[in-house]
Amino acid sequence: MMAPREDTPPATAGAATGGAAATGPDAGPEVGPDASTGRRDGLRPPSWLAGSFLLPALVLLGFLVVYPIVYTVVRSLLDSSGGFTVDNYSGIFEGHSNLLAVRNTAIWVVVAPTLVTIVGLLFAVLTERIRWATAFKLVVFMPMAISFLASGVIFRLVYEQDPDKGVANAAVVAVHDAFSAKTAYPGAGPRAGAAQPLRAEGGAVVTSRPVTAGSTALLPLLRVKPEYLPAEPVPARAAAPPGPGRITGTVWFDFTRGGGGRPNAVDPSEAGLPGVRVQAVRDGKVVASATTRDDGTFTLTKVPAGPLTLRLPADNFTAAYGGAEWLGDTLITPAIIGAYLWVWSGFAMVLIAAGLAAIPRDALEAARVDGATEWQVFRRVTIPLLAPVLVVVLVTLVINVLKVFDLVFVIGGGDPNAGVLALQMWTESFGGGNDQGAGSAIAVLLFLLVLPAMLFNIRRLRRERK
Amino acid sequence: MRISRRVLGAAVAAGLVASSAAACGGDDKKDAGSGGTELKGVKVEVAAKWTGPEEQNFRKVLKAFEEKTGATVTYASTGEDTDAYLGPRLDAKNPPDVAILPQPGLLQQYAAKGQLKPLGPDVVTEVDKNFSPYWRDLASSGGKSYGVLAKAAYKSILWYRPQAFADAGIQPPATWADLVKDAQTLQDAGTTPFTLAAASSDSWTLTDWFENVYLSQAGPENYDKLAQHKIKWTDPTVGKALETLAQIWGKPDFLAGGLAQATKTKFDASVTDVFGTQKAAIVYGGDFAAANIATTKAKVGTDAKVFAFPKAGNTAPALLGGDIAVAMKDGKGAMALMKFLASPEAGKVWAGLGGYLSPNKNVPPSAYSDPIAKQLIAQLQQAGDAARYDLSDLAPAAFGATPGKGEWEALRAFVQKPSDVKGTQRRLEDEAAKAYK
Repeated sequence: MMAPREDTPPATAGAATGGAAATGPDAGPEVGPDASTGRRDGLRPPSWLAGSFLLPALVLLGFLVVYPIVYTVVRSLLDSSGGFTVDNYSGIFEGHSNLLAVRNTAIWVVVAPTLVTIVGLLFAVLTERIRWATAFKLVVFMPMAISFLASGVIFRLVYEQDPDKGVANAAVVAVHDAFSAKTAYPGAGPRAGAAQPLRAEGGAVVTSRPVTAGSTALLPLLRVKPEYLPAEPVPARAAAPPGPGRITGTVWFDFTRGGGGRPNAVDPSEAGLPGVRVQAVRDGKVVASATTRDDGTFTLTKVPAGPLTLRLPADNFTAAYGGAEWLGDTLITPAIIGAYLWVWSGFAMVLIAAGLAAIPRDALEAARVDGATEWQVFRRVTIPLLAPVLVVVLVTLVINVLKVFDLVFVIGGGDPNAGVLALQMWTESFGGGNDQGAGSAIAVLLFLLVLPAMLFNIRRLRRERK
Repeated sequence: MRISRRVLGAAVAAGLVASSAAACGGDDKKDAGSGGTELKGVKVEVAAKWTGPEEQNFRKVLKAFEEKTGATVTYASTGEDTDAYLGPRLDAKNPPDVAILPQPGLLQQYAAKGQLKPLGPDVVTEVDKNFSPYWRDLASSGGKSYGVLAKAAYKSILWYRPQAFADAGIQPPATWADLVKDAQTLQDAGTTPFTLAAASSDSWTLTDWFENVYLSQAGPENYDKLAQHKIKWTDPTVGKALETLAQIWGKPDFLAGGLAQATKTKFDASVTDVFGTQKAAIVYGGDFAAANIATTKAKVGTDAKVFAFPKAGNTAPALLGGDIAVAMKDGKGAMALMKFLASPEAGKVWAGLGGYLSPNKNVPPSAYSDPIAKQLIAQLQQAGDAARYDLSDLAPAAFGATPGKGEWEALRAFVQKPSDVKGTQRRLEDEAAKAYK
């Protein structure tokens, strides 16, 4: 009873890896010798019986795998009217969005599998040394249980531009703001147009006409967003006349709620702007400075005689930092690769951890006894012994990355800067392009790209079996 | 023992072959309709692109049909790209009974291939009774009526937050110049004037902006020519419309979150940013935006109002979109549903739910749940012969209806670089030339 059980695994393994073509030759030669020796005849079925058992699988494989592949190749060589053409293939490398897709696919294939393998390796090695390893692994592996579509939706939210919505930008902005001075009134500025008392100069706001000591200045600002106004704004008021060697003035929001206010004049309901830094400048040098009070008034003291310019420096108005453009033209592909990393690093970690568990401990111990540092042990012993597993993970991921679609479709939302070949294949054939020939050509190209990785995996499996 | 096992093995093998052959042969037998006067047991599948609140409302309309006839209706969502969903199903001879097409172009395309079923005489009568000939012509091909305009969208409006306008002391503008001036005033008052939904997936809003300006400036005749690609996109009229748009799109300060955010904002978010989180004052949206506003605390009619899209030229723009129901399979259920969709009955149910406008003459204004719809119906009727169907929906899908391609992406690129009018026109023309061939 042992014999049939021994014989069956190669046949099934062959069917799984080599597909339909590999099964026939595998089964044939093995039956021959058995039949001639006659030793095990009867303990295994005759070839016709084995063949008829395999037939349903072969028919299904033919229908579902071989026929579509052959027809895709045929379709890729036809134009829309059914004539022969190779334009579909040259078309892959023409046009802005196609070239972007080719470029992005190259980035994906190079970066994503490497990154995922490295992160998986780190997790696997580190979890060996912590106490709650299983719990940690469970958490890292959990994203694998979520569909790509759902992961895409999640990361679309994570990368949302508005820091109030996207957690990535919320974090970036929080870190940025922790290290930069608080801006008083982002986006505020002077009234547009000629002959206004204030004008923009760089990011700063300066008076159009010179001011001298002993005078009073009115510095009206507009475009102050309500969220930056004090909770209970104090009405602005004209500053008291200054003593000698001083300049007084008012910085206020020169817009009457509901309209109807006089421009460049302090109206009763207009709010003073507290906390604005005001400088008196002569020949580019600051000679006096002050900060406005709750009602927007300020007093510059020890002002030298002669004409001066009043300046509200740019740091009063720097626009609020909005975070990185995760879904912008340049960052969108790295951002989606980040989402991919989140999903797949658990997979890499589990496989590598299994490989790690199989490494003979004595090799590691020997190295340690010989005085190797932990890094040397990792670099010179662990990695070489793990190499076969790492290669399997890497190659599997390469195959997986070539067909990445859902994440790009959901997070990219059609943005050509995110496009990859697998998505382009769909867009060209169904998603509006309506050109199945061009789509088939991309499919064939993808097939050819996957082929080396598949062959490599099959050969390695064969070698291992021997 | 040995022999019997072999025989058994052979029998099992043969059985496997037979059963798999049967599986491969497929069982195409359709469930025969049980007939009967009440349509009890008849299954009808409807496919439409609506999701979210729009889908929920449509499901309630279908529910009314079910209650009336006893038929069972299932709803399938086609996703944003209707042709990508229906094309393969039509090729496989397994289309839904009724499909709601978002573009008349698709109706022409399918009708030319003979994939649609002409309306039965009683449905045609129902359509003639309730709709003006303009709508019937739009849903006809080769002299035959195929479609019922299930739902019209009025696209020549801008939504605004009255409180923001009151704070800034402005009135809804009537001309484009006033709109730009009001935007400046809003900004002076500390309110960001606009949100713009310029994400790749939702750049159709940009095509609607363009069409309103173009129809207003160049007039209905040029508009028709451009829709048929008889005027090139490199034409000066297009350049003028783009320059006009740049007066707003070209000022990142006018757009909530600046350029970085606008080019990633989806339509839903652009509406809720105005009426939910109040980050801006004005948003483009068509009447269907009411359904999105309903998801916020703002109340349509008091916290959210509309004004007609300002005139940028001599014509007051009146743009319409519309979803056309067509029958793709023979059968009582399909035609009964078509007749129901053409009836005032369905329109009344739908109108009561909001986010809906019916060109059905026999749906009285009182049937609408919100005062906005009443205002829009008046606008729609006033527009008369100058009203036009949405240009991008009349164009081939590859140009006018595909995320990340054609007109959508070209206008999105223009938002990112509004100084490049000539380059944008060239790109539009290149894409159009490819799609219209």
